[in-house]
Formats: sequence, C-alpha cells, structure tokens
Amino acid sequence: MKFLLSAFLALSIAASSIIPVAAQKRAQAPVLTEEQRIVHVLNRLGFGARPGDVERVKAIGLETYINQQLSPEKIADTVAENKVKDLNVLTMTTADLYEKFPQPGRLLRQLQARGMLPADLAEARDNNKNQPANPLENENYRKVLEEYYRENGLQRPQRIMAELQASRILRAVYSERQLQEVMVDFWTNHFNVFAGKGADRWLLPAYDRDTIRPHAMGKFGALLQATAQSPAMLFYLDNFQSVSPNMRPRPLANPQQQQRRGINENYARELMELHTLGVDGGYTQKDVQEVARCFTGWTIFQPRGGAAAVNAMSGEGARRTAGTFFFNARTHDDGEKTVLGQKIPAGGGFKDGLTVLDILARHPSTAKFIATKLVRHFVADNPPKSLVDSVAATFTKTGGDIRETLKTIFFSKEFNSAEAYRVKIKRPFELVISAIRTLGAETNGGPGTHQWLARMGEPLYGFQTPNGYSDAAESWVNTGGLLERMNFGLALAGNRVQGTRVDLTRLTNGQTSQSKVMDEALKTILAGEISPSTKETLAKQLDQADPVTKVVGLILGTPEFQRQ
Amino acid sequence: MNRRFFLKSGSIALASLGVSLSTPSFLERVVLGANATGGKRKTLIAIFQRGAVDGLNMVVPFGESSYYDLRPSIAIAKPQTGNADAAIDLDGFFGLHPSMSSFKSLWDSKRLAIVHASGSPDNTRSHFDAQDYMESATPGIKATPDGWLNRYLQAKYDPAETSFRAVAISKKMPRVFQGPAPTLAMSNLSDFAIRAGKASANLQNGFEAIYASKTNDALGNTGRETFEAVDYLKKVNPAQYKPENGAQYPRTPFGNSLLQIAQLIKAGVGLEVAFTDLDGWDTHVNQGNARGQLANLLGQFSSAIAALDQDLGQRMDDVIVLTMSEFGRTVRENGNRGTDHGHANAMFVMGNGVRGGKVYGRWPGLKNDQLYEGRDLALTTDFRDVFAEIATRHLGLGKTDRLFPGYSARDAQFKGFI
Repeated sequence: MKFLLSAFLALSIAASSIIPVAAQKRAQAPVLTEEQRIVHVLNRLGFGARPGDVERVKAIGLETYINQQLSPEKIADTVAENKVKDLNVLTMTTADLYEKFPQPGRLLRQLQARGMLPADLAEARDNNKNQPANPLENENYRKVLEEYYRENGLQRPQRIMAELQASRILRAVYSERQLQEVMVDFWTNHFNVFAGKGADRWLLPAYDRDTIRPHAMGKFGALLQATAQSPAMLFYLDNFQSVSPNMRPRPLANPQQQQRRGINENYARELMELHTLGVDGGYTQKDVQEVARCFTGWTIFQPRGGAAAVNAMSGEGARRTAGTFFFNARTHDDGEKTVLGQKIPAGGGFKDGLTVLDILARHPSTAKFIATKLVRHFVADNPPKSLVDSVAATFTKTGGDIRETLKTIFFSKEFNSAEAYRVKIKRPFELVISAIRTLGAETNGGPGTHQWLARMGEPLYGFQTPNGYSDAAESWVNTGGLLERMNFGLALAGNRVQGTRVDLTRLTNGQTSQSKVMDEALKTILAGEISPSTKETLAKQLDQADPVTKVVGLILGTPEFQRQ
Repeated sequence: MNRRFFLKSGSIALASLGVSLSTPSFLERVVLGANATGGKRKTLIAIFQRGAVDGLNMVVPFGESSYYDLRPSIAIAKPQTGNADAAIDLDGFFGLHPSMSSFKSLWDSKRLAIVHASGSPDNTRSHFDAQDYMESATPGIKATPDGWLNRYLQAKYDPAETSFRAVAISKKMPRVFQGPAPTLAMSNLSDFAIRAGKASANLQNGFEAIYASKTNDALGNTGRETFEAVDYLKKVNPAQYKPENGAQYPRTPFGNSLLQIAQLIKAGVGLEVAFTDLDGWDTHVNQGNARGQLANLLGQFSSAIAALDQDLGQRMDDVIVLTMSEFGRTVRENGNRGTDHGHANAMFVMGNGVRGGKVYGRWPGLKNDQLYEGRDLALTTDFRDVFAEIATRHLGLGKTDRLFPGYSARDAQFKGFI
C-alpha cells in the first residue's frame, strides 16, 4: 500500500496538479501495453532485448517465455557455450590453477629454495627490487619472467580473473538462459567474495562453477551449504583459520612463525547478517560466537596451493586436493553449543555446521531478508511490503525453492505494474550488457569491457567488503559514475571498446534517410520511448559528421537508457 | 542515505509543482564556498603507504641500542657529520632515513610532525585486513560498509559542497572513500570529461541538452551537476599546469598524483579531502639500509611531498598532509635481510598549521620485554586519535562520534600536533 501510494504521489506530482487527486487516480489507472510488458520482462529477467527479441517473445507468448526462463536446464545454449569454450580456467580444478598460474614472487622464492632459480631471472628480480622506480629494470624483469613462464607452460595469475570475468560477460550477453545469468549475478553479489583477497583469485573459478551456478535456481539451503563449504568463502571470511581455542598447539620450530590461534568470528557474523537473517534478524553476539565454534575445523587443504607449480615442474606428483574443502576434526571445538535458542549437543563434529545452516535456512527472518532483496532487485528500490510478504511466504512454504519464489514475483501485480516499469537504475554490469545486446554487438568479453566496468564503479569480483554491490539507485547516481556511463555509450557506438564490435548499419534496418535512421535506433534501443525534447536534441546531431555513431552514443548515455 | 540525492529529489518535487526553488548550481556553490571560508578552504591530503612501510628505518630510533642489536645488516647508522648514509638527526633520539633529506627543512621550520608507535590496535598481520581496518577505521570489524573519510563527509554538512569535495587520485575508488557520500576517483584529471576525440565538444553539448531537459529526474540533476563540474575543470586547464616556486615533483605516478592534488587545491573547486597511495613497501627480502629498495621508495615519497609543500607555498596554511601505513615491520631483521609484518608504525603530519619539529606519542622502547608479542614495536597511539585530531582541529568537525563507530576519540587523547 505504501508503495502504491508513493508511486501515485510521484505520478501526481509529475502531472499538472489542477485535477483533483481522486479523479486523476481513476483517469490514470496505468496499465502496461503488451509490448511494454515484454520489454519489462526482457529487462528484468534478463539483460535487455537484442534486436528481434520482443517479436520472438510476442510469438511464443510472454507467460511461456517466463516459464521457459524459470527452467534454464531445458533451454539449449550452444551459442554461449561456444563463446566460452576457449576460456580454459573455467574447467580447471583449483589444483590445476595453482600449478599453471603461480604467483611470480612466490614461485621464485620456491625455485630459489630448491636451487632451481635460473641466474638471469634471479638477477632481473633483484635489480628490479633495488630500483623500483626504474622503468627499464621493471621492463627487463617483466620480459625475463614472461619468457620463463612461457618456456615452462605457465601463465600469470591475473589471467584467471580475466577469463572468469570474460565468461560472466559472454554468458550474460549471449546466453539464452538470461534469468539464470541474472540469478548468478544476484547470488554472486549476495554471497560476495573479493578477488583481491589473498588466494581468492585461484578459488573463484570453482566458486562460480561449482558453488553458485548449480544452485542459482535451486534450493536456497543447498546454495547456502555450498557457499559455506566453498574454499573461496572460507578464505574470504577467514573461517579457514578459525580453530578451537582448546586445541593443543603443535610445537613450532620458529617462534616467529607462531600464528594467532583461536576462533575467528568473521564468517559466523556475516553468515547471519548478510547471507541469511539480516542485521535485525534476531541473533546476538553470543550466537555469533556459538556459530563460530560450530564452524571451527571447516577449512581448506593447502589454501595457497602449497608448492603446486614447483612440484609439477620438478616432476613430483602434485596433490590434486590443493585448495579444496576439508573438515579438520583436530581443530574443531566439539563441546556443546546453543544457537538461536537451539541446543547442539557435544560431539557433533562436522555436523555442527550443517545443523547451523539448516536452522538459518529455515528461519523466518531469512525468508523475509531474501524476499526483500529479491523484490528490490526485480521490482523496485523500495520493495512493496505486500509483495515481500507473499514472496517470503512462498519461500517458507516451498522450503526455500528459489524457482517458486521467483515465480511469485514475476506473476505478481506489483511486478507487472506501470509503477515498476523503467524505475530501476541499471548497475554498470547491467548497462554494459544491455548496451551490447541492444546493438547486436559482438564481444569477446575481454579486458576492454572489464576496464569500463571498473571505471563505472562495478569491477566484477572487485567489491572489497562482504555486503556486495548495492542494488539501489542512490549508490549509482553520482557525477563520476554518470560521466563514465556517457563515455561508455560513446565508446561503444564509436567502436572504441577493445574487443567489442558494433555494426550500426544493421541496427538501422536498411533505412537511409537520416531521420528514419534515428527513429529505428530509438525503436530498437528504447522501444521508441523517449521524451520529445531529447528527440529534438538528437535530431540536431544529424547535421554533423558521422551522425549515426553520435546519435546512438548519445542514446546509450540518456537518462532513459540508464533505467530498466 | 545519500544526502545530496535526497536534497535534489526534494527540490525537484517542488520545482515541478511550479515553485521555483532549486539547490545552488556548481558555480554558485564554488562562490558560496569561497565566501564562507574567506577564499580559504581547509583541506586534508591523506596518503596511504600500502604494503606496510618499515617505520623503524623511516623514522630511526637511533638512541636505542637494541635497534642496532636486532638489525645487524639493515640498520641506519647514527647521525654523523659528513656521513651521507647516516640518519638525519631530529631530536637527539630519532632521525630520518638519509634518503628523506627533503623533509629536513620542513622539520626545521616546525611544519612537520611525527607520531611514532602509532597505528591499529588490532593484531592482524594480513595486509588486506589491516588496510581494510585502517580505511574503515573500525579495527577488527570487517563489515563496516563505509570508509572513515566518507563518514566524515556524511557527518559534516557542507552547504558549499561541490563534486570535487572528495577526490582520490587513484585507479579505483579506495575503501576509505566508499560509502553514501559522493566521492570521485580518477587517475588523471583530464579524464574528467567527455572523451570522444574531435567530437567531444559537440557530444558534450548534446548530453548537456538532454540532461538539462530532465527536470523531474534525479539523473537529470546529477547530469547537470556533472557538466558544470566538467566545464569548470576545463577552464582550470590541467594539461597546462606549471608548479610554482620552482617545485619539482618526481616523475613517478605518486609525484604526478600529488601534482594533480595541488592543481585542484589551487583551482578552488571545493576540494576538502584528497587521497592517494603508493605501494611497494612490503620489504621482506633485501630491504637495504641507507641505499636499496626502501631507500629509493622513501626518497621518492618524501621528495614528492616536499615538492607539494613548495608548490602550494602559503596555501599550506590551510592544508594538512597525513601519511599512514597498515602496520609496521618486525624489529628484528629476518634471514633475507628484510623485515616481516609487525605492529605499530610512524605517521607524518605536515602543514603550516602543524606544531611540527616534534616526535609525538609515548615511545615504548625496543628491549625484548617492551616488544609487542615479543617481536614488534608496541602501539601507544591509536590511529583514530590522530584522524580525530585532524578532523576536529583542522577540518572543523564538531563531534567525532560518527567517524568511529564503537570508539570514542576524546580531546584528552589528542597528541596536540595541531
């Protein structure tokens, strides 16, 4: 009700205020046209329409399309799979990644320790270290290092994140399973992991492939457990080093290596605050400590890969388990715990953590928290309470079935209302993907696109804190970000985004008269929905050189295209 | 909540009802800011030495015999006339690393202060966590969503706020700036423009017209604000900048960052908080002593800051430069003639309003039983007390309770360097 009222107020303010309020409400009972509903669904369940998509959905029917999207496993997706098939990191195990993408400093130290470090490489490294500001030494070290990597079939670790980011972009652009990609993006943000933290860049390909994707449309409880056991999350939120304070310490030869021992509460806190219950979800500091005790011993085998690369190079059999989850019973606190009023008896071992996850996944605060975030993402920044309640009810009734929960949103009157149409500000990822899609551009998803995402403020896997990127307009409407959005539009239309090519003649549907060209572009990109004043401004560009590029670049930078 | 966002939305609603009331334009606010401050705006330049600088070789406690016992190959020699490789004497107990000679005159003219044995009370030795804590200013708590400088911007209402109130010269938005208050991050001032080659001016006009017509739209308002800022910066003409007073910035990315910050200050665009960083301080191996990798970095670091001081001249009355690093390094040198991750460190505070020429903070000593966890310089000054002193006494913030959730920074704890 609050939502309807405020939307209604906004409408009445926008209109002239002479008509009595009640009459205006009757007169304007806003209903979306069929075409608008299709555009809306393509924007929200996916990353916007490609040329021809609206017609395709119209042909099969909107309801059929939504139901198809809810069952991505039944949608053939050969184009997208072909686009990502050469990105090798996607199919490599974490142990393989440690072996083939070693961190140079670490590798060189290990080579040196085994007497395997070539003299020229050692010298180049030392010269570079002693003269950090000298570009020549810097360049020389890079060259010698690159040669060594090439000769030994190795690649720099940056490559891992470059390929993983490329896969996210390629799938978002080309996949027919658009809703699946939207949900992968949603859960990757909800269960945020920062690539810049320690070993996480080696752990993230498995996180995307084995943790997020298989469960993105499945049961929330299964997704939650997968994240809890994922090395990426265990590393990011420090649980891999959380141990029982009662554990008997192993004597260390060098006291300087003595590590801090004891419980680390970081994961336990974020698990409740950000992954399940929400900050006001009804837990106490005592619960945080008890949950942390339950998860002691949930850790990673060789979290930094050990000496995987050096072992492989010297022909020793590498451990295939490097960087995988394991439960270390020795470091687990096996006493009795109480979590959210529920007793967890002593001696539960590994099961303690599973019990906690089960309690949290079924908790009513979790249903409300997840429902609120989903409605904010799919409907409006201020989620209408009526819808949040019914979505939470579905979540609870179906045991956290994500697909059924989404269905409640997509077939609700709030989702399908005029108030929800084009009110969400696109996040930079959504802007980049929708711009590439609307122009029918071809992209390799490479660094050119990653750099633009970073400039606009949303580098993939680049959000440092565990709360993930915001889904609300206020985080994205600022001068620096907006300027880069406009520059991105111009760069894309002008074929200045490296690795991405657009053929604007295709967009204009064979039209040659300049005003017709502009109308076609507006029809494709914004379904023709543009204010008369903006149209007038665009028309002025037609007298200039290279008018189509300019007009399209400007359209991509309009306020209208920043919304979905 | 983003205050500006709401302020704007509020005025939009009024405007569309026919009430002609709007927030002042960028230019009006630049003028307003100039009037309110008598043409002078207090500015903080925060510099992060990422990777944990070895504070004990940067500000050398040459009066401690343990310093020489524990660092047989990397210690800096006691001050000695004619020895260019010896520490530069400050007060008979502490000395500067010899590569930092450009700081000497700042010290002598009492414009440079040092807070030694300072930093974060959390005992993490992870770069990532410690930087996170120093930027969020909530040691031990990782979920703090905003950085402390962003909270400063939120806490202190600025009627003359412009797009350039908080600028990071940095490839990405630093954690310390993140949060609901608007901040800018750019590696280069000339990037703050429509960048489309020869067509730029033409296309900017197009965008300006489009955004100008969106009167009942938050994006429209931000768009107009953006172009006012772009145009103003264009007039300043950053490409043609000439440093004054013979200042010579090192030709390194860090030197260039400080040069651009000086430009923004001189341009009077409303800069209040600037941030930049430089890395490479993680000297585990072959750190060097009077010469070597640390010496080179310290040389570059100090000469860039000294150049900024020279370039800004009298404007340093209203500017404070503050340096920080996530933690210090072990007192003992390791087996690779380097140092490992430690605890407390040293911070520089520089400006004409600083009571300089003094090393602040209680010195905890370097004898075995004085060390933190048996290995590191102990902490006697919480970095938040240093931040708070600058926020209140330099920037003029009334209360610091919003700056540091869960921590009360009290005047009594201030070191008195301002």
